[in-house]
Amino acid sequence: MTFTIQIENGTEVRNAEADSQRTLYPYVTGTSVVAIKYKDGVLMASDMGGSYGSTLRYKNIERMKAIGKHSLLGASGEISDFQEILRYLDELTLNDNMWDDGNSLGPKEVHNYLTRVMYNRRNKFNPLWNTLVLGGVKNGEKYLGMVSMIGVSFEDNHVATGFGNHLARPILRDEWREDLGFEEGVKLLEKCMRVLLYRDRSAINKLQIAKMTEEGVTVSEPYSLKTFWEFKAFTNPTVGAEGSW
Amino acid sequence: MTKQHANWSPYDNNGGTCVAIAGSDYCVIAADTRMSTGYSILSRDYSKIHKLADKAVLSSSGFQADVKALQKVLKSRHLIYQHQHNKQMSCPAMAQLLSNTLYFKRFFPYYAFNVLGGLDEEGKGCVFTYDAVGSYERVGYGAQGSGSTLIMPFLDNQLKSPSPLLLPKQDSNTPLSEAEAVDLVKTVFASATERDIYTGDKLEIMILKADGIKTELMDLRKD
Repeated sequence: MTFTIQIENGTEVRNAEADSQRTLYPYVTGTSVVAIKYKDGVLMASDMGGSYGSTLRYKNIERMKAIGKHSLLGASGEISDFQEILRYLDELTLNDNMWDDGNSLGPKEVHNYLTRVMYNRRNKFNPLWNTLVLGGVKNGEKYLGMVSMIGVSFEDNHVATGFGNHLARPILRDEWREDLGFEEGVKLLEKCMRVLLYRDRSAINKLQIAKMTEEGVTVSEPYSLKTFWEFKAFTNPTVGAEGSW
Repeated sequence: MTKQHANWSPYDNNGGTCVAIAGSDYCVIAADTRMSTGYSILSRDYSKIHKLADKAVLSSSGFQADVKALQKVLKSRHLIYQHQHNKQMSCPAMAQLLSNTLYFKRFFPYYAFNVLGGLDEEGKGCVFTYDAVGSYERVGYGAQGSGSTLIMPFLDNQLKSPSPLLLPKQDSNTPLSEAEAVDLVKTVFASATERDIYTGDKLEIMILKADGIKTELMDLRKD
């Protein structure tokens, strides 16, 4: 609740309680999202975990949602802010449909809208605590972009949020190609998600992969990756580390 | 109870370097294409150069979200100007607009380090260099961004203009030919890339002349 005191001439004075409305830190968070362009469109992957600090509180959160006919939004960071963004986008797509003029919002337009929303919230010192990945295909053109919580945005052939930037991007820089087929693309994303599973403590082994092509946008059923924990580096992690910290 | 402060910053530095050199009838504007955050690279292919008008090209480094917002503001103001005056804005006019736009946010600045390049009303090359809150000056050459401290002294050595305090007023534009200026730009960026971690990947060069704009891309070290 915003507490305000009405003064005679109609101006309002906000007291300190109003400041408690600003986001200071995130509470329930999702970890990395990884996405790549491939031959027929765009692929995106994320796990289904929602952490409450160091507790793995939720294990069935869909962090990727279709927007309109052409785009898919993936989010990491505060889950409630992601849900708020989905509400904004619902309103946007509703108004777009109501024009009934045959035009529909493409990924480029949605990405621009989200960039403006994130930047304007940052200007008010009340950010939406998310890093968003926006992908899609419209009129044969593939699109993949990212927006951070302070409004920094860019497009590229492959993007990742959070830990994905550190662990997945290097793999993608080495192995991504323009003409990846669907199976190859999925394998590449799974490779990235597996590395994240081993090394990101907030990652869980339950993920979804989404596909965006000219035909439309689909999100897969949840599934798990096969993991191997008998690597020597895992079973005997300190070998070779004598004297190091 | 003390007021709780946000433990996040509304600013980030996405790195990069911008350079511009003014010649007798041309202007060279160049910037690298790397966008970083902290110690990570976000993109190796992000352009920092934007054409605002036929004779005015802006290159900005710093906080990318502010740079983008600044460009949008200038682009829309230019469109309004064109509707009202039935002509494109000149480079000196754009220079003043940019200064005013930056100062407008004096108490929550655009974290953008700008170099504006173009041709003045006489067809001579012009470069304007700015700080984050709009203080600006017309110069013969300028460098801003993470590699500016590495590049500027070298440009001073090669292109030093006569002091603007001298009378009669002397031309600050370089007597170098277009090809020599482009070569100089490539040299300074190759050197800055060696020592500045935020500069690298590719170099984008725009050459503005009376008959149009040419763009060139050169590879830089990716490490």
